[in-house]
Amino acid sequence: MPVITVRNLTKEYRMGEHIVRALRGVSLEIEHGEFVAVTGPSGSGKSTFMHIAGCLDRPTSGEYVLDGKDVSKTPKDELARVRSEKIGFVFQGFNLLTRTTALDNVELPLLYRAKNGFKSAERHKRAMASLEAVGLGQRFHHMPNQLSGGQQQRVAIARALVNEPSMILADEPTGNLDTRTSIEVMGIFQKLNKERGITILLITHEMDIAEYGTRLIRFRDGRIVADQAVLHRRNAADELAALPPPEPDQIPPPAEAGAAAH
Amino acid sequence: MSLFMTFRIAFKALARNKLRTALTMLGMIIGVAAVIAMVALGSGAQATVEAQIMSTGTNLITVMPGNFTAGAARGGGGSNTRLVEADAAALRELPSIAMVTEVVSTRQQLIYGNMNWQTGIEGVNVDNPAIRSWQVLYGGFFTPEDVRSAAKVIVLGANVSDNLFGEGVDPTDTIIRVRNHVFKVLGVMQRKGASGGGMTNQDDQAFVPYTTVMKKLSGQQNLNRILASARSADDIAGTKANVESTLRQMHAIVPGDADDFTVQTQEDQVALRTQTTQTMTSLLAGVAFVSLVVGGIGIMNIMLVSVTERTREIGLRLAIGARGSDVLFQFLIEACVISLVGGAIGIGVGYLVSWLVEVYQQWPTMIPPDAVFTAVAFSAVVGIFFGFYPARKAAGLDPIEALRFE
Repeated sequence: MPVITVRNLTKEYRMGEHIVRALRGVSLEIEHGEFVAVTGPSGSGKSTFMHIAGCLDRPTSGEYVLDGKDVSKTPKDELARVRSEKIGFVFQGFNLLTRTTALDNVELPLLYRAKNGFKSAERHKRAMASLEAVGLGQRFHHMPNQLSGGQQQRVAIARALVNEPSMILADEPTGNLDTRTSIEVMGIFQKLNKERGITILLITHEMDIAEYGTRLIRFRDGRIVADQAVLHRRNAADELAALPPPEPDQIPPPAEAGAAAH
Repeated sequence: MSLFMTFRIAFKALARNKLRTALTMLGMIIGVAAVIAMVALGSGAQATVEAQIMSTGTNLITVMPGNFTAGAARGGGGSNTRLVEADAAALRELPSIAMVTEVVSTRQQLIYGNMNWQTGIEGVNVDNPAIRSWQVLYGGFFTPEDVRSAAKVIVLGANVSDNLFGEGVDPTDTIIRVRNHVFKVLGVMQRKGASGGGMTNQDDQAFVPYTTVMKKLSGQQNLNRILASARSADDIAGTKANVESTLRQMHAIVPGDADDFTVQTQEDQVALRTQTTQTMTSLLAGVAFVSLVVGGIGIMNIMLVSVTERTREIGLRLAIGARGSDVLFQFLIEACVISLVGGAIGIGVGYLVSWLVEVYQQWPTMIPPDAVFTAVAFSAVVGIFFGFYPARKAAGLDPIEALRFE
């Protein structure tokens, strides 16, 4: 059964007197374990698609089945529950809570679990495991401002992982990062995808970042114009190993970074 | 999500911005402390007035000439001179009345050696000490024979004695001059302090037989007051009615006409006097209340700023699974915690302030428990009322817009 099944999805906005047709009939399926990169120029509808796929918004018409459940007409509060249980978000701006430790940031989605809430000790354990999965186990007590951009994004990935979602939705996750940290972050996505079989939906406008995925979907004017397997897939771990070591004046990557990339 | 979790989240959010939380709380603290301190001062003053009036005698009933409850044009108590010895005699016959004393007031210069002292002189009868529960410290009081013969004898208040003879001196049997008469000092009264009005010192007066005042000092034929003591505390109101009907009979007032005298029990006096302090208390509490409202608006202001500033945080919370109601409760609880904790600290500060005032300013204070309860309840209401609008604003945010917010 596919994680995502979308049929004839449309979305219209009213902007003043105009009606903006952001999606004009999108149909696709995403299977478990796929690493899908969605690209397209701004205004192509890829962001709108991501919002609907992430259950942050509802389509004007069409059908969206997430993990076997039709969520296209689910009410708002119910959508919050779907997000809590099935989707992990990673944003361009990290969106970590300030003055809150990495561990507490990662724990946050566990606090909002509608059912099967965990006791404090269990939450800690899960959050720690999640941080270790992104190679930040040693830095659980650090505040976001004590972490580099790449590390902050890895905390955000740990946060997305902690509820064991059906899919991780990454919206321009490398938009605020330099080349090296971008590769590091993509390495973590590739590792999670490969080792844990986590479905990843990556939204990006950078073609080279999209090539870390297994499948490439290109949006234009609210429609899918291309949907193909990535021919020459990039491997973040190999690229990172080939890169010269970081310059001394840079914030040194944590000791676990190498372990995470392998 | 459980309410407990929401509490945890709200507390964590408040702890993330300690300075702001503390400053917002300060508004509440000052408001609640002001209310508590003001109410404490007012209630303390009221309790003191009450205690002082109650200490002026046992089952005391005061009769004054004139009627200061009927009509604004009337001159008020004491302006009418129709209270005479016969009235006092008639009251003495009432079975519900134990003791009666006539009161005639004057103001005279007392002279002893090269010392002199101007003071109020009360002409009274022999039962005066018993009626006012006020005994002599040195010597004794005058006798019925002294009253009958208008004897030139005097019993001094403690202050008067101090000023004429020096402190701690027993002047019994000393001869002093009052105006151009020679008086024999019979004794000195115990100290009693300020009277119920709070303005006059009861120790700054002297007592002589009322007949002596009438015949030798002022020459007046009317009584300024009659003080009576009811036999039992159980039916003061009934006794008061007896006194009133007796006096109406004595003054030949036809039914339908107003009294030309005023009868007051101690309770009446308490009621009259506390009215003033109560007005003052509510005035002060009103001003303090305004500061409480200002504190509440401070909370709303900060919460509104906070919602705007934390828009991305709210967007994130919504994205990772918080429902609108979770966010609503989080902000509501944040506001309530600020106002309740601020209220609690405010109560403490209020206690402290009233204690300081009592110690350094010697003003009696009293904090009624219901004032504390009201302060707590009110701060909770302030939190909910002023927190609701910002909280609803936060809960109504669209996650997509909120996440994009710069």
